Amino acid sequence: MMSIGRTTPRIISAGLALGLGLLSGTPGALAGDPVTPFTIVDGYTVPDSLTETPGDPERGRKWVINRKLGNCLSCHEMPIPEEQFHGQTGPALYGVADVYDEGELRLRLVDPKALNPYSMMPSFHKVDGLHRVLSGFEGKPILSAQQVEDVIAYLMTLRDTSKRR
Amino acid sequence: MTTKALARGALGLLAAGAVLTAGAAIGSDDGTRIHWGPYKVGDKRSGYTYAGAQTRAMQDDDFQNPAFLWLERGADIWETAAGEAGKACADCHGEAEEALAGVATRYPIHDEARGKLMNIEQRINWCREEQMGAAPFKWESEDLLGITAFVKNQSKGMPVAVSIDGPARPFWEQGKAFYEQRRGQLDMACTHCHVDHAGTMIRAETLSQGQVNGFPTYRLKWQTLGSLHRRFRGCNKNIRAEPYAYGSDEYVNLELYTTWRSNGLPIETPSVRK
Ligand code: HEC
Ligand code: HEC
Ligand code: HEC
Repeated sequence: MMSIGRTTPRIISAGLALGLGLLSGTPGALAGDPVTPFTIVDGYTVPDSLTETPGDPERGRKWVINRKLGNCLSCHEMPIPEEQFHGQTGPALYGVADVYDEGELRLRLVDPKALNPYSMMPSFHKVDGLHRVLSGFEGKPILSAQQVEDVIAYLMTLRDTSKRR
Repeated sequence: MTTKALARGALGLLAAGAVLTAGAAIGSDDGTRIHWGPYKVGDKRSGYTYAGAQTRAMQDDDFQNPAFLWLERGADIWETAAGEAGKACADCHGEAEEALAGVATRYPIHDEARGKLMNIEQRINWCREEQMGAAPFKWESEDLLGITAFVKNQSKGMPVAVSIDGPARPFWEQGKAFYEQRRGQLDMACTHCHVDHAGTMIRAETLSQGQVNGFPTYRLKWQTLGSLHRRFRGCNKNIRAEPYAYGSDEYVNLELYTTWRSNGLPIETPSVRK
């Protein structure tokens, strides 16, 4: 179903990269800014970590489950058996680390629309260009920079291709 | 039998048929073997076809459908005089089954006097204020839900048929733009869920096409009847988008667009949804 993200990311990114070259998140952010600037390289990856502290996979697993944070399970099936009802609007994420590296996953999280302009997946660390954000959430990214790195660290543990992918 | 009774009978029978023949591989082109009777017209599928068997059964049985309490309230309002004019709806309109059959299939309409759209709730409140000299019913009050459900129920089984020609056109266009615009912290448009991903699971919910032919609807989650605008507000807030007011121009325009999407599906009011 979701062939765009799963089978042709490189081709799409290549197309976008040609047109756009480098894309920036929020350039010139000040200290204390809730959004850490990031740089998209060649349209398909954000190679640099958003934080100095490395991501923690155990915390990442928690953010992924948390309905107020990642809530990734609303759209993705993941190897998290204690949680019921995994959504299926996006591809299952079993073995996702065998397909993508950290930088590619980082772009997926911070700004999936750079890969697929029609994507349903939220940009988890971007606040520019949003329309009518609910009061109380304005100017705030869904995940903090550290939470993004934690989630990436967790996703990098998903190497089990024996299951449904 | 009256038109309404006929229509309701037909819907009931076909619904039973749908359950009985499920799995019997009769003419259906949506990839399932289920024949959905009147609840599927071309590619359009009512939310009924995405609902679980128990929810559907609750909708189909007038005695089990909790919304029937509101229909009774609506029937009372129809007969009861109110306001300075001392008139009841029935005094001007007569027998509801005759006066109202098919009316709800045409709303929202373009109202020339106000130069904008008018939905059924607004029509009813127009009658209250302009014709009866009575205070308008408040949005989501039991009274407005009851009389709206009662009015729409008189068109049950008849296909939705709003017009988007002439002066209604620019309002339809605004509704369409609303439907397709990303919004909220999660940055999604109605299209993402109800067009691109209809039929797939989002957590424990099966996304439907977001058809509007069953409103007001009894939602098990709400434990009450609710208007279409309440649903719009919920779908906005779920993606952390600022909702609009009940009865706002934005939502009435969106109502015209979504009702146009439902053209051809039978009015189901009052529907039951999870
Ligand atoms: C509202 C639904 C939604 C949510 C919530 C969501 N995603 Fe996605 N995700 C998608 C869709 C749809 C795709 C398919 C590609 C596309 O359309 O952008 C996707 C693609 C992906 C991919 C690429 C998978 C592949 O096989 O190519 C990864 C990795 C991913 N998502 C991770 C996440 C993580 C981690 C979270 C939570 C922090 C998350 N997603 C939350 C909808 C969602
Ligand atoms: C994140 C996904 C999502 C988005 C975006 C969304 N909805 Fe929904 N909507 C749902 C879910 C889940 C339900 C309940 C199950 C179903 O019917 O799809 C629902 C139900 C509905 C229903 C009730 C359908 C019925 O049969 O009673 C309507 C109408 C509706 N949505 C309209 C809208 C409109 C209009 C928008 C845009 C303003 C919108 N939705 C945006 C997820 C969404
Ligand atoms: C004093 C007379 C009067 C009373 C009382 C009255 N109405 Fe009306 N109603 C009208 C008139 C006149 C129209 C037609 C307006 C037009 O077509 O321009 C109308 C139109 C309507 C319509 C739309 C019909 C159509 O074909 O578009 C509905 C629905 C309606 N009324 C419902 C009600 C309800 C419900 C009540 C009681 C709460 C009520 N009315 C009370 C005079 C009345």
